Amino acid sequence: MKLDPQARYAESHEWARQDGDEIVCGISDHAQESLSDIVYVELPEVGDVLGKGDAFGVVESVKAASDIYMPMGGEITAVNEELEDTPELVNQDPYGQAWLIRFAPSDPAEFDGLMGVEAYEAFVAEEEG
Amino acid sequence: MPYIPHTNEDREAMLAAVGVSSLEELFAAVPEHVRFPELDLPLALSELGARWELESLAEENLTTAEAPCFLGAGAYNHFVPAVVDAVLSRSEFYTAYTPYQPEISQGTLQAIFEYQTMICALTGMEVSNASHYGGATAAAEAVITAINVHRLKRRQVVLSPFVHPEYRAVVRTYTQGMGLTIVGDDGAADLMGLLNDDTACLIVQYPDFLGRIEDLSDLAEAAHAVGALLVVVADPIALGLLKPPGEFGADIVVGDGQGMGAGLNFGGPYLGFFATRKRYARKMAGRIVGQTVDAEGKRGFVLTLSTREQHIRRERATSNICSNQSLVALAAAVYMAALGKSGMRQVAELCYHKAHYAQQRIGEINGFSPLDDEPFFDEFAVHCPKPVQEINDYLLEEWGIIGGYDLGRDYPHLQDHMLLCVTEMNPRQEIDALVDALEEMAE
Repeated sequence: MKLDPQARYAESHEWARQDGDEIVCGISDHAQESLSDIVYVELPEVGDVLGKGDAFGVVESVKAASDIYMPMGGEITAVNEELEDTPELVNQDPYGQAWLIRFAPSDPAEFDGLMGVEAYEAFVAEEEG
Repeated sequence: MPYIPHTNEDREAMLAAVGVSSLEELFAAVPEHVRFPELDLPLALSELGARWELESLAEENLTTAEAPCFLGAGAYNHFVPAVVDAVLSRSEFYTAYTPYQPEISQGTLQAIFEYQTMICALTGMEVSNASHYGGATAAAEAVITAINVHRLKRRQVVLSPFVHPEYRAVVRTYTQGMGLTIVGDDGAADLMGLLNDDTACLIVQYPDFLGRIEDLSDLAEAAHAVGALLVVVADPIALGLLKPPGEFGADIVVGDGQGMGAGLNFGGPYLGFFATRKRYARKMAGRIVGQTVDAEGKRGFVLTLSTREQHIRRERATSNICSNQSLVALAAAVYMAALGKSGMRQVAELCYHKAHYAQQRIGEINGFSPLDDEPFFDEFAVHCPKPVQEINDYLLEEWGIIGGYDLGRDYPHLQDHMLLCVTEMNPRQEIDALVDALEEMAE
């Protein structure tokens, strides 16, 4: 399982990274691996205001369609439109090219409530049982 | 032979699990006098006796094989070629159900795929689902699709008053609890004036419930100008002749496919078809069959985009529809394939010309006049000199003719207006007999 040391992680397997005042968000390498081949990504619209834990989109693989949730509350400032035509990027580069959304957090302190690399690793290990 | 699979031990175990000691105790909440009531039923009949009884009941029915029929209003009397039933009654089709396993369901899947392909050609759309249970359900699913396309952010639906009244009722039943505002069909309001940036879709019927054909281009443009979808409820037989709604810019085309090979069947089962643009495929209800290649590179068919369906996506699915109307969809597929493009056009032309002959003749009768001079397909409304019910009773009792639909039932301003339908099943003698009967009535 690849991890981005700069990012923090949610229990629903999204990652969040600070970039200036904004947060960049995607799904973890563990999440893309569990889903297998991603065939479609549905993203919100710029300007949507969502709370922590709200579903902001859907990642659809050959196996399942999974909702993806806001790791923190905020207003969407950008979505990765490249994924519309090349959803497979989520499998290839989940922490880089396949970022999903950027948002302006409503409460930047929520970032501290997310898991760091070690905590997330332990969380996944426990979840896998 | 008992058909109950539970043994006494099973029953004991279940009673113990719910914490009661006997069946009597389990049913104690049901008042005693209704628990095991004495039913006042006649003695059981022998098989032969039952057959006689049922045959005498069936003889009470009047069918369109015996009486000329000029009733349409959503269910149409069209010819069903023998090839339709011949294919339908093959046991591979007749008994097969859910085609989840492509390894053993290629025939069913291919038939559905071909049905979808022909529905797309007929409607001018890009994708079709595997069908719904009826036109009204398909119309309601179109509303839900439009709401989902707008990610639940738009809450208004503009519904033309000339969409089938029963379809409008089903749309309301189906969407209750979703917090939608449905407007447009409560008066003569200008539909385009109701469109705004909260409108998810505009729904019109083509030809409309009164049979009229309208150029939908302006409506499509007006809907698109506010970002709403145009949903068209269409008669597939009319589409053999008319410009497909897709060419007007429709985003979703739905309707009832009953006219294509299903017969009237005393009201069902019918067939809902649903077609849309490729970009809305993921928001579409129902299952879809796709064409693919297997591991050896051979052509095959498989359910596709299933991840948006209820059996996988559970409560967040785009729709609760998890099935389709396979056998009736197959009938439509065989019908369309047997007639072909030119045959479909020929049926539509026959309906069109016969209906226009009938409308002209009826319009010449004293007291009868067409509602308006709008173009129409195979149905038209006429103003009558007497109540429609009275005319229909007279037609049936004195002439053995099934008359038209009483529009006053649904439209208060159309009291004494009858909606008549003429199809390829009405030879000229029948139309002339109808004219004679109405003349006699008018005297």
